[in-house]
Amino acid sequence: MTPAARRLVFLVGAAGLAVFYLFGLSGLPGFGRYPGPYGFIVNRVTVAQTNATGVVSAVNFEYRGFDTVGEEFILFAAAAGMAVVLRHLRGEHEGAPLEEAADRDLPPTSDAVRMVALLFTGPIVLIGWWLASHAQASPSGGFQGGVVIATGFVLLYLSGEFQVFRRLTPADVTAAVEAVGAGGFVGTGLAAVAMSLPYLTNFLPLGTVPGAVSSSGTIALVSFFVGLEVTAAFILVIGELLRQTLLLRGGKS
Amino acid sequence: MAQASAFAPPAGLADALAVTLLLLVAAGATAVVLVRARVRQVLVLSVYGLLLSLLFLAFQAPDVTLSELTVGSVLLPALLLLTLAKVRKREE
Repeated sequence: MTPAARRLVFLVGAAGLAVFYLFGLSGLPGFGRYPGPYGFIVNRVTVAQTNATGVVSAVNFEYRGFDTVGEEFILFAAAAGMAVVLRHLRGEHEGAPLEEAADRDLPPTSDAVRMVALLFTGPIVLIGWWLASHAQASPSGGFQGGVVIATGFVLLYLSGEFQVFRRLTPADVTAAVEAVGAGGFVGTGLAAVAMSLPYLTNFLPLGTVPGAVSSSGTIALVSFFVGLEVTAAFILVIGELLRQTLLLRGGKS
Repeated sequence: MAQASAFAPPAGLADALAVTLLLLVAAGATAVVLVRARVRQVLVLSVYGLLLSLLFLAFQAPDVTLSELTVGSVLLPALLLLTLAKVRKREE
C-alpha cells in the first residue's frame, strides 16, 4: 500500500470516527448534569437497606457485586499470567542481588531514604488495613486498601531490605492468600446460593448502627476478601518483577 | 434532586477548579506522550497520575481518587521502572 493510499484510508476512518463521535457527544447531558434516577434512588435506599454509609461500597459489593467478581478476576488472571510468564526459565539462576548492576556500582541506599521508608512502612500498612476494613463507612474498600498495603511492602524494598521483603512475602504464601481472597469473594456469593438465595445476597446480620465496622453484613466481608486478593496480587506481581530484575541471571534473551 | 451540600463551594469557584484541573490533565497527558526518554517518561506518568487523581477528587469521586492515587502514581510507575531495568539489563 502506498503512503497516499494509506493516508486515504486513514482520512476516511478518521472522518467516520469524527462523525459518530460528534453525534454521540451531541446526545450527552450537559456537563455536571445527571439525568438518571438510578443514582438518586441508590442514595436514598442504600443506608436503610444495607446499613452501609459508604454508598459506593454498597454499590460495588452489593448492588453490582457480580460485576465486581468479574473485575476481581481480571486482577487475579493478570497476576497469575504474570507469574507464568516470569517463571523460572531453563538456564536462569539466581545470583546475589545487584551484583551486576547494569552500568554502574549501585550506591548504597541513603540513610534518609531508609529512614523515611522504614518510618512509613508501618503507618502505610495500618492505613491500608483501615481503608480495607471501613468500606461500609467510607468511600474506600478492599481494592484501595489492598493496593496501599502492597505499597507498604514495596517500601521495605525501597529501604534496601530486599531480602526482608522476600522473606516476608514468600511466593507460595502470597499466592495462597491471593487464592483465598478471590475464592472467599466467590464463596460468599455461593453461600447465599446454598441458602436458596440469589448469588451474593447479603445474608449476614446488618448490625444495628449504620456505618459501624460491624455493620453491612457481606459488604464488609467481601471488601475484606477483596483486600486480601488485591494485596497479594500486587505483592506477587512486584515481587516477581523484583526477582527478575535483581536476582535472575543468564537464560536466553 | 440532589441536595446542595453545606460545604459546596460557590458554583463559579467549582467550575474554575474543574476547568483548571481538566487543562492540567490535558497538558499532563500530552507531556507523557512528548517525553521520549523512557525513565523520565515514567516519572512524568507518575505526576500525571497525581493530576488525574486530583481531577477525580474535584469531581467528587473520592473512591476513584484513592485507586488512581495508589495505582496510577505509585504502582504503575514502579512496575514500569522495574520492567525497564530488566529490559536494559537484557539489552547489554
